[in-house]
Amino acid sequence: MSETGTGPVGVVLVSHSAALARATAELATGLAPGGGEVLIEAAGGTEDGALGTSAALIVAAARAVDRGAGVAVLADLGSAVLTVKTLLAEEDELPPGTRLVDAPFVEGAVAAYVSAAAGADLDAVAAAAADAYAYRKV
Amino acid sequence: MLDAAFFRRWMTGAAALISREADRLTSLDSPIGDADHGTNLHRGFSAVATALEQEETPTPSAVLTLCGRQLISTVGGASGPLYGTLLRRAGKALGEAPEVSREELAAALGAGVQAVAALGGAAPGDKTMIDALAPAAEALATSFEAAREAAEQGAVDTTPLQARKGRASYVGERSIGHQDPGATSSALLFAALAETAAGGEGGSDE
Repeated sequence: MSETGTGPVGVVLVSHSAALARATAELATGLAPGGGEVLIEAAGGTEDGALGTSAALIVAAARAVDRGAGVAVLADLGSAVLTVKTLLAEEDELPPGTRLVDAPFVEGAVAAYVSAAAGADLDAVAAAAADAYAYRKV
Repeated sequence: MLDAAFFRRWMTGAAALISREADRLTSLDSPIGDADHGTNLHRGFSAVATALEQEETPTPSAVLTLCGRQLISTVGGASGPLYGTLLRRAGKALGEAPEVSREELAAALGAGVQAVAALGGAAPGDKTMIDALAPAAEALATSFEAAREAAEQGAVDTTPLQARKGRASYVGERSIGHQDPGATSSALLFAALAETAAGGEGGSDE
């Protein structure tokens, strides 16, 4: 499905941990070429700061980075993945063109953000994030 | 026939039961999970009870859809989207009918269970809520009491299993010998349904 928006693709990082989501976002922006509009938001932990997943934080983050070109969502484990999938399947609060990207959390976040900052469309951002699975370390 | 009031009594009954059993659910979740199942579900079903007081729910579908939405947004753990999906899919399957039969509810919950299995990727025998939900939804075609018993049996029968899905799968063989917390809370949902049907003025078909 192609997106019709003109702005950059947004990236949302959903982790059980607010600190992990935030630090991963900082890592991704730190490794991307500067200058463009920063469109990455962390949605980590629950609303009261505990470990877990908040549907409200995910929706707010996706809306904050949505410029009409789609939103790539990366999630870490268990309820983070299940909550995003459920929001996509059962609810209509996420912006149109929001997609859960199948990717490793940290490596995928960097790849997604760098490609989004370079102007890639949602399909290309998703593919770049998924390609991070191919990066073997041993 | 089962009307919206019956479904509201079921969900508030489930909230009360979850509240009473929250500590037990959390202690079941301690050796094989992250010790939050009771706390999480208690938070979710408290929100369900509050929402049912505040919002209009004219049909059985509206009750289940509202409750599912509350669970998705308030639980904070994997059981939120899983139970939320169960109730929302079942609600959708019931359509706009003001009253539904027990058999229709059984079929709707069957559709909900399938959606839960697809979401979590769990099959029967993986030591998850599916092990209680699937036989219970099927037995509901027979009677409310049969569904309660099937759910309880399904939960008890998870004890010797090794977890293959969810957080408990990380502990591998050490999950053997513990009853699954998700299957246990699923049994509470069907216990509340049977109690509602047994006690209910204007709602039971038995």
